[in-house]
Amino acid sequence: MPKRTDIQKVLIIGSGPIVIGQACEFDYSGTQACKALREEGYSVILVNSNPATIMTDPETADRVYIEPLTVESLEAILRQERPDALLPTMGGQTALNLAVSLAENGILDRYGVELIGAGLEAIRRAEDRELFKQAMENIGLQVPHSFVVNSLEEGRTRAREIGLPLILRPAFTLGGTGGGIARTWEELDALLDQALRASPVHQVLLEESLIGWKEYELEVMRDRADNVVIICSIENLDPMGVHTGDSITVAPQMTLSDEEYQRMRDAAIAIIREIGVDTGGSNIQFAVHPETGDLRVIEMNPRVSRSSALASKATGFPIAKIAAKLAVGYTLDEIPNDITRETPASFEPVLDYVVVKIPRFAFEKFPYAPRVLTTQMKSVGEVMAIGRSFQEALGKALRALETGIAGFEDLDVDSQTLRQMLKIANPERLLAIAQAFRKGWTVEEVHRLTHIDPWFLRNIQEIVRMEEALKNLRHLSFSEQGALLFQAKRAGLSDKRIATLTGMQEEDIRALRKSYAIHPVYKAVDTCAAEFEAYTPYFYSAYDRPIERITADGEIQRHWTCEARARPLSQKERVVILGAGPNRIGQGIEFDYCCVHAVWALKEQGYAAIMINSNPETVSTDYDVADRLYFEPITLEDVLEVLEVERPLGVLVQFGGQTPLRLALALQNHGVRILGTPPEAIDRAEDREKFAQLLAKLGLHSPSSGTARSVQEALEVGRRLGYPLMVRPSYVLGGRAMEIVETEEELQSYIREAVRVSPEHPVLIDKYLDHAIEVDVDAVCDGQEVLIGGVMEHIEEAGVHSGDSACVVPPQTLPRAIVEEIKAQTRSLALELGVVGLLNVQFAIKDGDIYILEVNPRASRTVPFLSKATGIPLAKIATDVAMGKRLRDLDVPLEPTVWRVAVKEVVFPFDRLSGGDLAIGPEMRSTGEVMGIDEDFGRAYAKARLAAGSPIPTHGKVFISVCDRDKPDVVPLAREFLALGFELVATRGTAAYLQRHGISAQVIKKLREGSPHAVDLIRDGTIGFVVNTVDSRKARRDAYWIREAAVRYGVPYTKTLQSAWAVITALRTLQKHAFTYQALTQ
Amino acid sequence: MATEALLVLQDGTVFRGISVGAHSEAIGEVVFNTSMTGYQEILTDPSYRGQIVVMTAVEIGNYGIHPADDESQSGPQVDGFVVRQMSQEPSSWRAQGRLQEMLQTHGIPAIAGIDTRALTQHLRTHGSQMGILSTVERDPRRLWERIRDHPGIGVLDLVAKVTSKAPYVLSAPPTAKPPTFRLVVYDYGIKRSILQQLQGQGFELHVVPADTPAEAILEQQPDAVFLSNGPGDPTAIRYAIRNVRKLIGRLPIFGICLGHQILGLALGGRTYKLKFGHHGGNHPVQDLRTGKIYITAQNHNYCVDIQSLKGQAVLTHRNLYDGTEEGMRHVEFPIYSVQFHPEAGPGPHDARTIFQEFRQLLLEWRV
Repeated sequence: MPKRTDIQKVLIIGSGPIVIGQACEFDYSGTQACKALREEGYSVILVNSNPATIMTDPETADRVYIEPLTVESLEAILRQERPDALLPTMGGQTALNLAVSLAENGILDRYGVELIGAGLEAIRRAEDRELFKQAMENIGLQVPHSFVVNSLEEGRTRAREIGLPLILRPAFTLGGTGGGIARTWEELDALLDQALRASPVHQVLLEESLIGWKEYELEVMRDRADNVVIICSIENLDPMGVHTGDSITVAPQMTLSDEEYQRMRDAAIAIIREIGVDTGGSNIQFAVHPETGDLRVIEMNPRVSRSSALASKATGFPIAKIAAKLAVGYTLDEIPNDITRETPASFEPVLDYVVVKIPRFAFEKFPYAPRVLTTQMKSVGEVMAIGRSFQEALGKALRALETGIAGFEDLDVDSQTLRQMLKIANPERLLAIAQAFRKGWTVEEVHRLTHIDPWFLRNIQEIVRMEEALKNLRHLSFSEQGALLFQAKRAGLSDKRIATLTGMQEEDIRALRKSYAIHPVYKAVDTCAAEFEAYTPYFYSAYDRPIERITADGEIQRHWTCEARARPLSQKERVVILGAGPNRIGQGIEFDYCCVHAVWALKEQGYAAIMINSNPETVSTDYDVADRLYFEPITLEDVLEVLEVERPLGVLVQFGGQTPLRLALALQNHGVRILGTPPEAIDRAEDREKFAQLLAKLGLHSPSSGTARSVQEALEVGRRLGYPLMVRPSYVLGGRAMEIVETEEELQSYIREAVRVSPEHPVLIDKYLDHAIEVDVDAVCDGQEVLIGGVMEHIEEAGVHSGDSACVVPPQTLPRAIVEEIKAQTRSLALELGVVGLLNVQFAIKDGDIYILEVNPRASRTVPFLSKATGIPLAKIATDVAMGKRLRDLDVPLEPTVWRVAVKEVVFPFDRLSGGDLAIGPEMRSTGEVMGIDEDFGRAYAKARLAAGSPIPTHGKVFISVCDRDKPDVVPLAREFLALGFELVATRGTAAYLQRHGISAQVIKKLREGSPHAVDLIRDGTIGFVVNTVDSRKARRDAYWIREAAVRYGVPYTKTLQSAWAVITALRTLQKHAFTYQALTQ
Repeated sequence: MATEALLVLQDGTVFRGISVGAHSEAIGEVVFNTSMTGYQEILTDPSYRGQIVVMTAVEIGNYGIHPADDESQSGPQVDGFVVRQMSQEPSSWRAQGRLQEMLQTHGIPAIAGIDTRALTQHLRTHGSQMGILSTVERDPRRLWERIRDHPGIGVLDLVAKVTSKAPYVLSAPPTAKPPTFRLVVYDYGIKRSILQQLQGQGFELHVVPADTPAEAILEQQPDAVFLSNGPGDPTAIRYAIRNVRKLIGRLPIFGICLGHQILGLALGGRTYKLKFGHHGGNHPVQDLRTGKIYITAQNHNYCVDIQSLKGQAVLTHRNLYDGTEEGMRHVEFPIYSVQFHPEAGPGPHDARTIFQEFRQLLLEWRV
């Protein structure tokens, strides 16, 4: 069936800010969908609130809107653009839910917009627990024994019917937000209450616990001729009980026989048909009883997902791209397989390798959150690794995580702790398993504790045995040594790990390998296990044996079968771009955005762009982006091996965040040319002492600071600088890192409790500039001239991590002279450092003085935001410059103007990872960001908050509870709220203070003062907005319940007075003006 | 320490690995199979007689073996087996044994640890060819000498090695829908799962040896004849072609794989050899009558040239990978055959409806 000609314009909705459970995989899928539809001649309108996405680049769609993902803004855009169709399956749960709202409110009908891909009925059947259960019963499949409840009472009563433990799953939420496992009746009450509130429809599924069952996922595709194919099977190493996003997963599935696998495949096909997903991809999850083979259907996502992104990267089959083409009417057999070119997409990929995904967690940023994995997703990123065996892939994935481990590092724990680590899923469980085998525990014992399939456990046991054997490496004969080393590499061990085991240096192992000619070969991911020739240069490393050939005269010759070497690139010069690795807090999608731009810029300039990355969620690891893609860990070892094969002109390290930057010097020492800013300049900016000298030379200021190597020294530095202080350890003990301390007592307790201070591990102490305005600048320097990308004024005061602070361009309160001085200082820093490429500088402005907080000679988080605000592609320009071009030749303004007013706001994962600490401070904790654009600051800020899910208040009372430090400043703020027609409520202290200043506020009780207390009022909706500031860590803990309640019940809140003031500005503006919606390309 | 093993191809390519099967030596045609599950079904499929099978999936043996998964009553049928990784310990609630032991028990040599992808690419580029797998001989040159001039398995009557020695009857299960049909099954090396699928469709199966004369079949007056799968080159099985020719127009005939090829030859057509065959579980096959696409299990090196049948049969199925013939139906008689494996075992179940079609065809024929 040919493509549809009755539609011309298609709307695609993105997934909004990066949150746990919804990350850049939807940028990857949305971007693919846009490309695919435009290729077919459709006009694409794209809406997303996340500026750090490739999909919101003006080049990706015909019309790009960076607007809040709300029914109101979507309706305005539909009215303006009048698309024929809406493809709701590309932007995760957010887009799907929004599409459902638009359909249910009659908006799609009003504007004559058709839902394509998945219709409303199919979405409902897949998402509504009762309908789904019914559908499964219709086709003779079993879902876990369960029932849906709509109230606490109903839940309690019905729970008695199945008994505990029970799993709670709220309907229509992301990544299982608000869900959990109830093991006791008390837990049930608490969790049920939370789950009911988390669900937008107040519906929760209580279900039989399948803890310990094996968990699988199938990625299914269907076209409108009812052809169905399975793209990939995925087996979760962690059995049921751990959210699949938090599970280590393996593709293809490893432990099912054909009979069992086909049964699951049949079920998946029956499910997609019964649910009625017309076209496109779906993800279906199954549980299998490990001792009976009993099968249960867990859930289905009628859209592309994190797993479909993984499956696309794991197989080479671009699910989102194909799904988009199916949505406009093609059938699978009409779409060619890009990789083989000659075969159609109507087939099932086969793998001749093993893929392992390991999630990356951010518990170090949330020291009070329990490090326990449950059915509610907590990971913030993931890595994928490919190997020619499970062991090889597992080892590569472990070191790709960049959590400071080079493999199965030893754990220094007692048996009791180890047992707990095995029993209760946690981020370190993989290491615990290895440690258990090291202690001589049996596979059976470990299986009993973890429920992990013995097949996986035995493989880990074999790795541990290999590690044991390696300890003897130095004492082996020449041939034995070579053989063992080769076996170790095949088992996925890194040089670094082997070095640790043998008491040698990583360099020694590399040299040893070279002497035995032990190098990886590079194999292609080709969808077909080599049955057909592959044209797509998508490679992974493997330690495979050479083959031999008997020549005519009886000689035997060895041949290495490296596909990357066998397939020569064009004559173009090659440039390698190092990616950012797994997403984590502080290093996420923004850097992938920059990497992709670097690739594009290189291609435009006629270079062959070679990408190395390990993150399956990204656009940069789409095999369609770079000229060559190496799916590899970004470690020195793995990068050097690729460079050995590619022999590039040089390597670009400035786009992938800290990950590649950390390798810069080592790469240079191995003779690799670092393109752009030289490693020495990077070192000069990062080394504290060299940096201080640099500032002194330029006559610039930074907050006064000191270094303490003992408690005594710290106190002396404290006295010299005066409080408050910003302290940061070089060695972290209890997870507490950077902090602001206000008194000597706090400093003492910080050093006692949180860090280890010693000559080897000094504590760095800076004067903390309170009530200072923080400013971020991104610039591009070519060594002679400097392009100022923009001056971003933070809303929150200095001391809040720049990644956690909202900011605005152009600056709203800074005097012109200060802005000019900031630009001048940025220029002199860039030129003095010798930056060639991107540079980010953070300033603090206090009492008219400018202080430099930090200089990063690399791409920063704000590069995409600024690029969107100004229309100037900074990362591309930086690439051009790094490749030797001059800014003056590039026809770009050195001081681009900002398009209207743009505000960046951030989102926090406190709904999943608080542990009772919801404060913001010098440690970054946000996962993602949104952008609000409008004619003035008020509207732009209001949009940004709306997009971040914490809108400015429209109704309800304003609850004010501020710390003593902020009390004087809260008086005018309270007056403003009153003037705007809000009623005030306050806790006793704040209320009394306000009273004294002639402002009346209703007094409400604190949590411990009994009902009705503030939480009750937050819960029942009386309070519509919370202003809550805290100072010291102690107070933070005292007041956490306010924020916790606000987070739990979805009441917008501000954490600083500055943002409360911004809210006032927004409210005032909105009284006079409505939002305007303009496409970026307009 | 593991025993070394060598695999040497006819063109002098050598793969060094370790032995994970019997301590012995085998010569066979080296073919690769891309199925990701079902190693046991593949090993025990009589169609692989004469062949050394390379699994492209890298982890093999993981879920052990189970007697119910055997496609043949007499254990493994392959001559040799090649894998990247062999699991030492299986893990499955169903497992009743280890793959490696099964190979050892039946004297099948197997090699692991070699670059199976490089081997697959080699076969794809240079075509299937003879190979020798040995755990005995350490010098690849000596092994090479033994196969350099091997004429290939095309000339061999491999069917004679795998067909049943005597006729036997399998009744239709009592649960099957009436009416029950009597079906004579020519056993050219039939797979258990084909028998099961036929039984499930209410056929009473009279399985006969491959060389049973047509006259004996006609005497039995069955409702129809089924031509099974089997190993090797169909042109080498002259007696089968001769017998089938005598049945055309006298009885409804169904065929799968080798049976399909023999039917093509019996109709006076020709068969041709594929460069490296189709062996796997992911081949898209389109039913040309409905446009529907099935993901199918495949295991064949030969195809029927539909043009050579000069209009006696129409093409019903086509392979979407390479456009080759996958099924045909006689224009006049109830004769219908497919090249792929609708029974799966291993592989997807998409095309199991073919067995219903057989039955439907008979019902219509009766009317």
